[in-house]
Amino acid sequence: MSEYILRAENLSVSYGDFRAVTNASLKVKEGSITALIGANGAGKSTLLSAIMGEHKPTEGHVFFEDREVTGLKPSVIVRNGIAMAPEGSCIFDEMTVRENLLMGCYQKRAAAKKNELFEKVYSLFPILKEKEKQLSSFLSGGQRQMLAIARAIMADPKMIICDELSLGLAPVVIGEIYEKLTEINKEGVTFLIVDQDVGRSLEYSDYSYVMVKGGMVMEGPSCDLPIEEVKDAYFGINKYA
Amino acid sequence: MELLIQSIVTGILLGGLYAIVGLGLSLVFGIMGLTNIAHGNLMIMCSFIVMVFGTVFNGNIILMLVLAIACMVVFGFLFQNFLVNKVIDKGPNPALLVTFGVSIVIQNALQLIFGADARSIKSAFATVNVVSSDYVSISGAYLANFVVAVVVIVLLSLFIKRTRMGRAIRASANNVRAAELMGVNTKLMYSVTMCIAMATACIAGLLVGNTFVFYPYSGPQYLIIAFGVVVIGGMGSIPGTLLGGIILGLAQLLGSYFFGTGYQIFSGYIVMLILLTVCPAGLLSNAKRK
Ligand SMILES: Nc1ncnc2c1ncn2[C@@H]1O[C@H](COP(=O)(O)OP(=O)(O)OP(=O)(O)O)[C@@H](O)[C@H]1O
Ligand SMILES: [Mg+2]
Repeated sequence: MSEYILRAENLSVSYGDFRAVTNASLKVKEGSITALIGANGAGKSTLLSAIMGEHKPTEGHVFFEDREVTGLKPSVIVRNGIAMAPEGSCIFDEMTVRENLLMGCYQKRAAAKKNELFEKVYSLFPILKEKEKQLSSFLSGGQRQMLAIARAIMADPKMIICDELSLGLAPVVIGEIYEKLTEINKEGVTFLIVDQDVGRSLEYSDYSYVMVKGGMVMEGPSCDLPIEEVKDAYFGINKYA
Repeated sequence: MELLIQSIVTGILLGGLYAIVGLGLSLVFGIMGLTNIAHGNLMIMCSFIVMVFGTVFNGNIILMLVLAIACMVVFGFLFQNFLVNKVIDKGPNPALLVTFGVSIVIQNALQLIFGADARSIKSAFATVNVVSSDYVSISGAYLANFVVAVVVIVLLSLFIKRTRMGRAIRASANNVRAAELMGVNTKLMYSVTMCIAMATACIAGLLVGNTFVFYPYSGPQYLIIAFGVVVIGGMGSIPGTLLGGIILGLAQLLGSYFFGTGYQIFSGYIVMLILLTVCPAGLLSNAKRK
């Protein structure tokens, strides 16, 4: 097996006539935290949804653990071991916190380890245990994001994809969430994360990709990437305009 | 005084029948936001299917019902999978029109096959009075209606609330995208929901046929009752159908007691209108449905 757990090769994704992602490639090393950086509308969420099987790419291939998974349904992707915490957390707000977590381990394989996973999740996020019987619509923004991550962990995945993890959260809460993320990563779960904050993305990740207008323009180990140039790309100025 | 007590008791028991008539409509609305215009005709179709099985199997009620449910579950799956699921992503109107079309087809097919005569599925116990005192008498059919309705509603509530599949169904209703990302096949959950709704329609069809006569064109009349039940109890609330049914049944029987038989249906809808003004979402609706 190669060292890359996930490979997306030359993906293109369209919404009708509009091409949101063009010929984009990305590789995620097993056990790493990889960041995908890009301005609003760059096509990050679209790329992630193509990986998860929510949209069929018009071109290109996705490999997970060296097996082609292009165009498979989300349920199959989840069963293979990728869980997603989508943009805007996307929790079941008419269900209790505990029921949300139960939905996380809907797959049979994860359901068999339910108790173990609950223990893990509740020790990572004690606040969720405290609120387990509450309707999740009563959670604060930060608690919702925690629930979204916790729900992804409940799927017992090899890899978690987080979209816009820190959107609209206070810096203290963001710090806390990233600490948890690092903690989970140390236990062997690979992460692919999207965050609006360029500095924080580079700080917490091992490797980064920068996306502009649907295509990849830059990649490298996060500590080596020149932050100014990444920001230029992000804001679409200078040569990236 | 005796007549008042009788009216109240009959009203409550009739409410049980109304509840189960509305149950499938409420479930389908609650889970997929679809108003199934065909619900009344589907239920009457169930009455006919049970009746046919009844003549074949000499009135063995359990066997009739099981076979009719099996047929309707298959029908529900095909109906949902090949018609409604194809259009449900395109907003509520195309799916509504599909159910309207199916409704017309069913009504005409029934008329073609069975003619326009009145039918019934009277079982042996239907007309026997199980309670008859000075104050009140209760027929077997009415008592059975109420007991069966309560049992079905309780079982269905438990299924939806407590089981893994029930949770997946609610998740599909709550957030399609999130449910898919958890590995739920939301379209399949819609089909399962429709199958369950058809099974309840079968039970309702049997009870209605055991209590009253029915015609191929009785469907719309029961659709209106189902609407009343669901609107009073709260669109999509399963326990709400029992409450809605009882209120509607009581309103009709008390209206008839106080103002005369001619006012039975009328007073039911007056009460419904009043309740809607006070509580537009219905009494037990999920507080914040979109
Ligand atoms: N369902 C859709 N139909 C049509 N166009 C869409 C749809 N979803 C996204 N787009 C378009 O595709 C492009 C990429 O959108 P996408 O959501 O992937 O961007 P993003 O990088 O995630 O942005 P953000 O940082 O704001 O979340 C945008 O121009 C957007 O308008
Ligand atoms: Mg996005």
